Amino acid sequence: MLTLLRNLRALRRETALPAPERGRSLTIRHVDAGSCNGCEHELVLISSPPYDLGRLGFGIVASPRHADVLLVSGAVTTRMLEPLRAAYASMPEPRRVVALGDCALGCALLGLQSEIVGPVEDVLPVDLRIPGCPPSPAAILEALIELCDRPA
Amino acid sequence: MSDYRARIAAALQEGRRFAGLHATAGGGLVRAALVDPDGSVELESVVAIDGAVPSIVDLVPAAAWDEREAADLYGLGFDGHQPLRPLVDHDPDLARWTVPVRGVEAYQVAVGPIHAGVIESGHFRIHVVGELILHLDVRLFYKHRGLERAAEGRTLEDGIAYAMRACAACAVTNSVAYAHACEEILGLRPDTELARARTILLELERTWSHLNDIGAICAGVGLAAGTARFGALADRARRLNELLTGHRFLFRTVAVGGSSLELDARLVATAREELAAIGAEARSAWRELLFNASLQDRLPGIGSVTREAARTLGATGPAARASGLAEDARTASPRLAYAGFTAATLSRHAGDVQARLEQRALELLPTLALLDELLGRPLAAAAARPGGEPRPIGIGRVESPRGATLCIVEPDGSRIGRLRLRTGSYANWPVVAHAAAGELLPDFPLVNKSFELCYACVDR
Repeated sequence: MLTLLRNLRALRRETALPAPERGRSLTIRHVDAGSCNGCEHELVLISSPPYDLGRLGFGIVASPRHADVLLVSGAVTTRMLEPLRAAYASMPEPRRVVALGDCALGCALLGLQSEIVGPVEDVLPVDLRIPGCPPSPAAILEALIELCDRPA
Repeated sequence: MSDYRARIAAALQEGRRFAGLHATAGGGLVRAALVDPDGSVELESVVAIDGAVPSIVDLVPAAAWDEREAADLYGLGFDGHQPLRPLVDHDPDLARWTVPVRGVEAYQVAVGPIHAGVIESGHFRIHVVGELILHLDVRLFYKHRGLERAAEGRTLEDGIAYAMRACAACAVTNSVAYAHACEEILGLRPDTELARARTILLELERTWSHLNDIGAICAGVGLAAGTARFGALADRARRLNELLTGHRFLFRTVAVGGSSLELDARLVATAREELAAIGAEARSAWRELLFNASLQDRLPGIGSVTREAARTLGATGPAARASGLAEDARTASPRLAYAGFTAATLSRHAGDVQARLEQRALELLPTLALLDELLGRPLAAAAARPGGEPRPIGIGRVESPRGATLCIVEPDGSRIGRLRLRTGSYANWPVVAHAAAGELLPDFPLVNKSFELCYACVDR
């Protein structure tokens, strides 16, 4: 176990992004509204040692009631429309919506019109767009830092 | 017994296994796919009469989801499948889609479709008494995008996007299965260089996926250090993918009829070095896991699936092999570079969470060894060559990190008439429900993570 932790510290030194210049705080709730699972696999990694979102004051929380940011991946399917709206409705103000990945932005969508509502902005007011298919963990973190540092 | 059922029963008797069932011709026809131990797949078809066909679910319980899907999407009846619960349709009436569970203090725990972590969307209805799970109803298809139907009318070349984007974690597998199906229709066979390119891509996909899955099981018991270590390794493997192909998930690296992937001497050498380093780190981290009591104490005897249950329910991939079924589509893949490949099986194949974890670690070794061999020389662009009679229906069957994936393409002229993609995850979801029953509610995430199935390529 000690070796495991020591290795993790070494990894942090080798590959971590630069340390933040000032304190930040941002809690994030993710909703998969109809993705191909690529955005999820990349998003999971922002918690891993090479990226380590906790070091920036960011955290992924279990409930939208505890979240500042709703991070939505995928084009919104008809079946995820209501759960997505319910998650947004239960967030405290002020709240921000981030559309994660090309599908969430409505780029080159595949599927039947009857099964897909459309990009996230057709459903919720979007504050930040993160392009990419899928966006890399580094690109996700950089975009979130930009959102956090944006004047209110 | 109808002729169709008799043919299915006879095929099973002869040692063939069920590989999928789908409705086609607008619901006028149902086809069941049966795979021979030599890897060849045969279709048994039956014409619908008055909108119904005989069910085979009593002969093949593994066909249950396929029949429910065909009933929902094509309005077909399956005589003898009672009750025929909705699967893709999201019926608001709970009694219609869940198994009735009654008893003193029996109640339901509803989880999802939005989960607490970064997980795909899906709904679980867990019937419990206290902490004990009596039964699990799984409702997926929240991410149903209608990809198969949207692909209809596209050219065979363009259709690959629908297979690939069904799921990022199985993008290569789904694309190769689709390409194989189309090449059967076109009467093409991959040459050795094309087979090598696709096999490299498939094993690169397996490498990051198995590393990810080991980390996921650590997350299932809350061992953050293990999750972090294997998460970082999965990231490292995906960085290598990007270096070699320009994409971390190897998107758009597979095409019908050829491959444009070129790897020069410097790149293959770098890849071998990096894979060796990933292998060495994974071994070191794995040893740490073996001696970590807080992990190991949680694994044995949890979520057990017997060999018999795995076979009956149609388990595939590492989940099936962990239960002692020595089946791996790579052992019978003449269109790929797997000559002499044998399925890796554990000496202790108890079919529990521990076995499924160890199976991933065991399979990483031959995968890395095979990659080292296949990357031993530069890779050139390659094309499929004419070979074999063009077939009226194309079938591709490829082993994904989660099991055998079947892709069937029924052409309509030079375009897609019907596309069906049945992935390893699709086959294994009913097995998750089986494995969870009898366990404690807090162990459900662990049981679920030990399969680590995709939702996206099930929902399509």
